[in-house]
Amino acid sequence: MMDNKSHLQRVLEAGHFAVSAEIGPPMSANGEFVRKKARALKGFVDAANVTDNQTAMVRMSSIAASYLSLQEGVEPVVQMTCRDRNRIAIQSDLLGAYALGLKNLLCLSGDHQSFGNHPQAKNVFDIDSIQLIQALNRMKEEGVFISGKTTKTPAKFFLGATAHPFADPPELQMIRLHKKVEAGAQFLQTQAIYDMDKFDRWMEELRKAGIHEKAYILAGILVNKSARSLEMTSMVAGIDVPGYLIDRMKKASDQEEEGISIALELIESIRKIQGVRGIHIMAVGWESIVPTLIERAGLLPRPDITQVDDSTKEGADNA
Amino acid sequence: MIVAQQKPIEEIISSLEGYKNILIAACGTCVTVCMAGGEKEAMELAALLEVKNKENNRPVNIKVVTLKRQCDMEFFDDIADDVNNAQVILSMACGAGVQFIAERFSHKPVLPGLNTQFMGVTRDVGVWTEMCQGCGDCILEKTGGICPVTRCSKSNFNGPCGGSAGGKCEISPDIDCGWQLIYDRLKTLGRLDKLYEITEVRDWRSSRDGGPRKVEKKDMML
Repeated sequence: MMDNKSHLQRVLEAGHFAVSAEIGPPMSANGEFVRKKARALKGFVDAANVTDNQTAMVRMSSIAASYLSLQEGVEPVVQMTCRDRNRIAIQSDLLGAYALGLKNLLCLSGDHQSFGNHPQAKNVFDIDSIQLIQALNRMKEEGVFISGKTTKTPAKFFLGATAHPFADPPELQMIRLHKKVEAGAQFLQTQAIYDMDKFDRWMEELRKAGIHEKAYILAGILVNKSARSLEMTSMVAGIDVPGYLIDRMKKASDQEEEGISIALELIESIRKIQGVRGIHIMAVGWESIVPTLIERAGLLPRPDITQVDDSTKEGADNA
Repeated sequence: MIVAQQKPIEEIISSLEGYKNILIAACGTCVTVCMAGGEKEAMELAALLEVKNKENNRPVNIKVVTLKRQCDMEFFDDIADDVNNAQVILSMACGAGVQFIAERFSHKPVLPGLNTQFMGVTRDVGVWTEMCQGCGDCILEKTGGICPVTRCSKSNFNGPCGGSAGGKCEISPDIDCGWQLIYDRLKTLGRLDKLYEITEVRDWRSSRDGGPRKVEKKDMML
């Protein structure tokens, strides 16, 4: 049996600067849609987040789409929100996800359903995202469910959480990061970064607290196609786009190229910041640009880490 | 108090269709305070219904009674004769009161005149806001006296989501971020240390999730 660590975890542990992107599942049952997106990313990323009904729009499930992505050779990061499932459904779905060979998990609160296409829905929020991380860490470490009952074959995800450098109140968001790491988060993906000075200061605080030594920090990069897209992005709570960047986009003769340039500059600056271990690229509505962006950022080729035979450690399954 | 709001007049008229003798039962407690179902509102509603029905050539007889509370059986006997004389009761109480009056006068149709909203406070003149969900396991001592179950849109127990900006909740600029309020209060109290501890998963059995609830005070049950 092979080492059960995910590829993403091994890339990070080997000290490579990791690159992840996103696959947004379709608002349909079209599996080929996911496969196509995955094929486009193959070889360009170490992993791809597969969103869980992002902005509360009904889409193909993250777990199903993650499995399709895995079949196409792109390691997925399953996203699981606390909005739609109680602890019974979350644990059940994640046992299934792990059994399908999905090894990375990002735990989120989930956008409120009022943003989506079913604002009439009842939400769940039985547990919050920190409690979710804690629960899955305990499952991994102690082989127990939230109830405390044991499972013979627990899901052992490489656990991730989100980080919000620009959300309020900053001090409390930092406390939350402490809690996420304490709960068992092994990697942290940040919200999209545009204001490098602010991000730099945030990272400094994070380093002071030693958080960068306890979890891998992946900085969020959002690539915009147009000034309008950038303006829309700037309105999202927790994203801070400096005015000069919007002006720059507006003035550009080729806004697509300008969008790429801005993203490349941000990546360049981020790579110099101590404690940042990779980037997570979000290209909402412009996913086709991701391979180009990664190539132009000089992040190719992606590390090819052969699996370590770790059968002695894992032993035989005892389901 | 329990905060409620009168149903749209069209909905009330349509629910009363076919009835000529109507008893409107106002409630003298919470819904009087929040100006939804007290005597004043009931009288106004009666006048409006009379006018509307006259316009439609369907005159009705309406009587208004006000009970001290509709959540206690002891006050219902006083209106038994009025109930007998009416074809229908339009209760202006909260959902609890509507159900209880219907339980007491089970031979008579009882209609709700209000939409019951929440447990809350008078925030300003004519403004009420939600403060408590009655979850059955109060943690206000940990959160500076501000309830995250009620006042965080996601009922987060361990701090705000990433959608807190400028003190407001991501779902509306009219809603304060509950966790910003908690943070501000605990900071004032010098107790931010309380926020470092992970709040473990809740046992929701104490809430509605455990099925309809009952409180028993043994020393009173003789």
